[in-house]
Amino acid sequence: MPSIQNYNSDQYGEAPLLELRHLQVEFPTRKGLLRALDDVSFSIMRGETLGVVGESGAGKSLTGAAIIGLLEPPGRIAGGEIWLEGRRIDSHSPEAMRKLRGKEIAAIFQDPLTSLNPLFTVGRQLTDTIQTHLSLTYSQSRQRAVELLARTGIPAPELRIDHYPHQFSGGMRQRVVIALALAADPKLIVADEPTTALDVSIQAQIIRLLKQVSRDLGTSIMLITHDMGVIAETADRVAVMYAGRVAEIGAVDAMIHRPKHPYTKGLMASIPSIRAHRDRLAQIEGAMPRLDVIPKGCAFNPRCAARFSRCLIERPELQDAGESRAACWALSQ
Amino acid sequence: MLKQWLDGPVLYSFSQSRLAQFAAAVALLMICGALFAPWLAPLNPFDLASLDLNDSLLPPAWAAQGQGKYVLGTDDQGRDVLSTILYGSRISLLVGFSSVLLAMFLGVGLGLLSGFLGGRLDAIIMRIADVQLSFPAILIALLIDGVARVVFADQGHGDQMAILVLIGSISLANWVSYARTVRGSTLVEKNKEYVQAARVIGVPPIAIMIKHVLPNVMGPVLVIATINIATAIITEATLSFLGVGVPPTTPSLGTMINNGNNFLYSGEWWLVVFPGLALILLCMSVNLLGDWLRDALNPKLQ
Amino acid sequence: MFAFIVRRLLQASMVMLVVAFIAFSLFQYVGDPVLSMLGQDATSEQRAQLRADLGLNEPFYVQFTHFVGNAVQGEFGVSYRQGRKVSELLAERFPATLELAVCAALIALITGIPMGVYTALKRGGFLSQLFMGISLLGVSLPVFLVGIFFILFFAVLLGWLPSYGRGEVVQWGRFSTGLITVDGLKHIVLPAITLALFQLALIMRMVRAEMLEVQRTDYIKFARARGLSERLVNFSYALKNTLVPVITIVGLQLGSLIAFAIVTETVFQWPGMGLLFIQSVQTADVPIMAAYLVMISFVFVSINLVVDMLYVMVDPRLRVDPSGAGRH
Repeated sequence: MPSIQNYNSDQYGEAPLLELRHLQVEFPTRKGLLRALDDVSFSIMRGETLGVVGESGAGKSLTGAAIIGLLEPPGRIAGGEIWLEGRRIDSHSPEAMRKLRGKEIAAIFQDPLTSLNPLFTVGRQLTDTIQTHLSLTYSQSRQRAVELLARTGIPAPELRIDHYPHQFSGGMRQRVVIALALAADPKLIVADEPTTALDVSIQAQIIRLLKQVSRDLGTSIMLITHDMGVIAETADRVAVMYAGRVAEIGAVDAMIHRPKHPYTKGLMASIPSIRAHRDRLAQIEGAMPRLDVIPKGCAFNPRCAARFSRCLIERPELQDAGESRAACWALSQ
Repeated sequence: MLKQWLDGPVLYSFSQSRLAQFAAAVALLMICGALFAPWLAPLNPFDLASLDLNDSLLPPAWAAQGQGKYVLGTDDQGRDVLSTILYGSRISLLVGFSSVLLAMFLGVGLGLLSGFLGGRLDAIIMRIADVQLSFPAILIALLIDGVARVVFADQGHGDQMAILVLIGSISLANWVSYARTVRGSTLVEKNKEYVQAARVIGVPPIAIMIKHVLPNVMGPVLVIATINIATAIITEATLSFLGVGVPPTTPSLGTMINNGNNFLYSGEWWLVVFPGLALILLCMSVNLLGDWLRDALNPKLQ
Repeated sequence: MFAFIVRRLLQASMVMLVVAFIAFSLFQYVGDPVLSMLGQDATSEQRAQLRADLGLNEPFYVQFTHFVGNAVQGEFGVSYRQGRKVSELLAERFPATLELAVCAALIALITGIPMGVYTALKRGGFLSQLFMGISLLGVSLPVFLVGIFFILFFAVLLGWLPSYGRGEVVQWGRFSTGLITVDGLKHIVLPAITLALFQLALIMRMVRAEMLEVQRTDYIKFARARGLSERLVNFSYALKNTLVPVITIVGLQLGSLIAFAIVTETVFQWPGMGLLFIQSVQTADVPIMAAYLVMISFVFVSINLVVDMLYVMVDPRLRVDPSGAGRH
């Protein structure tokens, strides 16, 4: 898969599968209107895995929720557009969104134990999903369910299809969850921290499975996580989010080894390395601001060593930084 | 401890909820009415000398044959309904509060012992609790009351015994929820370091239980108690209505309603409606207060 | 699973034994049964004879064993007041109570569950608030008061429905039912609704609370994320998850129904076992009290046993996997 560095579709003549344009999500609260996502733009190409990283509260999960139309009220999309294969979907009716969910865009969540309904067999949950979106008979759905379980690496699927979730181990459950996501052959999977709740050894298996699925079925994946290790293994490109905005976005190799945004640099530098010898773990001073107290100008400026006057006044847009695009005024100097 | 805890979220929630304030006002009104009955009641329904049978079965003052003296009418013995309601509420509240206090004492005590000492005692107490929980409280109260009546039938001071037996039955029917909650909290506190430290120093277990564990478990206990008051009042009213509650010489609201039931068809509706309304007001206000208190103290809803 | 059943049965038997003991001990306190049965004028020989016949000279544990033996067969002796066999009296009254309890249970379930689901799904609507108001009344008012006000309103004021008794009853062998006569039906309406009101309110609140909890779970969120229809999500998935914990409580509520039936029967003069029991307490008729005690304990213990087993059947997590293949 060639590394796609820019999301500018003109370069490759290929339209992106999903495109977010200046997306804004707001929450009305007692203290006023909180802007949780502020002008977020990126796109995902067909068959690509885009990693979305950031600290807790940076807005990664919210972005995923907004895409599939499951924002928890009172949160709502206050501006911007979401495009799927050239169709605008953020203005869809709830019923139209429902048809889209599972069929075009699927989502998986962090905890496989709580994601599966304990009182229904795995097979039932699969066939219900299949029959909702594809017009197959029951036995055809069941057949497909068995195939899906096999594809996600569950042994003896004809037997396991009638088992209940509690009869599976943690890693197996996440495979079932992935099978459920693949049930109606979606083009994009939004994976929200799919490995966080798993043992490290199982994490590797699931990552491998996701890569395999992407490769074999051509499914795009939006991989939301705070774990850079997973990104390094799995993603083609990565977007770094900070305080509801995209700080930098680019090919994974460039981002990890040659980051341009000060925040990204700080993130990469703070990853402990087995090889390098250090006395202390590097960290970025300060903390990400809460949504109601985001500083004027660049949200990162209080913590940034390279800040200057413009950073305090004007909010930076994503700009060309060579191998990636970063929202930093230092780059245009 | 209690004070610091009553200030803050609980009081704030109270000031926000008009329903809670209304309920509290009604409850307070009724409690005052009951407490000060001897002074508030226009007449004394128990002073046999003052009863005039000619005045029996009079409708309320605003009706055709009513008299101003008897605002809510009179019963078949010439007793003023309003006064009887005031005195009756007294009995209802007395039995209600006493049984809750007794149940609390019993339940908290057993819960502390059970949680702290563990072992066989714990197993036995919890087994009894489990079994008792499979029966509805009112049935247990009824059964204990019925059995006790038979057992104590031959003894003297029947009336006083009857009230004591009643309070006892209701308490015995309700101790379990206290015991379980306290036991749970005790088990948690037991493993904390300050308790272990106290043990090592040699502080006797009882002192540890009372001084350290008890204050920490009182919160949920109070919630249970408030809700319990309403159920205790209802239980007493029900048992009195059935004729196996308070003795007829000290009628409670339940007894009044039982009596009034006989006159429904002959048209003397006030004998049932007014005591009934009083009971409804009492029950609902205590219930609403209990509901609000439970929500206010629920950490999940903060 | 088997061990579980055996353990519960043993527990149940223990409880029954304790109850039987208490019931039996009642007889010791009531004074001389011989006196009440033969009256003052009996001669000492007659009394001695009756003593021997009743086995009153035997040691305690022998008498107790006899009692238990008899109880298991449903024999509880003869009522002091009514002079008839207790078992006959109970059998006569049983159908009335059963009818009342079953009707009330059905009313409570058939109205309570849908109301609970509705108020959970359509929060804040007018109908929801109305339902919640009714449930508040149902939960805070004593049963007898509800009954009396019903009588006042529907029988005395409006004259639509009768206020006491069972009405016309059809006899089938030992069983009698009023449900197939119009008169009988008219008589059962008020008592059944009175009895059902408390349960209805409770069930509705429980179903609502549980449904709201379930709606917030990850698995429901995931189901929606898969694009399943609202109908499937709410009525297939969420409903089942809601009803499972509700079942246990509902089973226990059946016991509550039997308890409150006593009150309802008293208010409406419904000729059931509850009314019989109250009369026996008022007149210290020990054989009936003892019999009722034992019988009602038996009913409750059985209900609990059945509910426990039902729970295991419905919630697959509680079943032990016999193949042992569980996880891997």
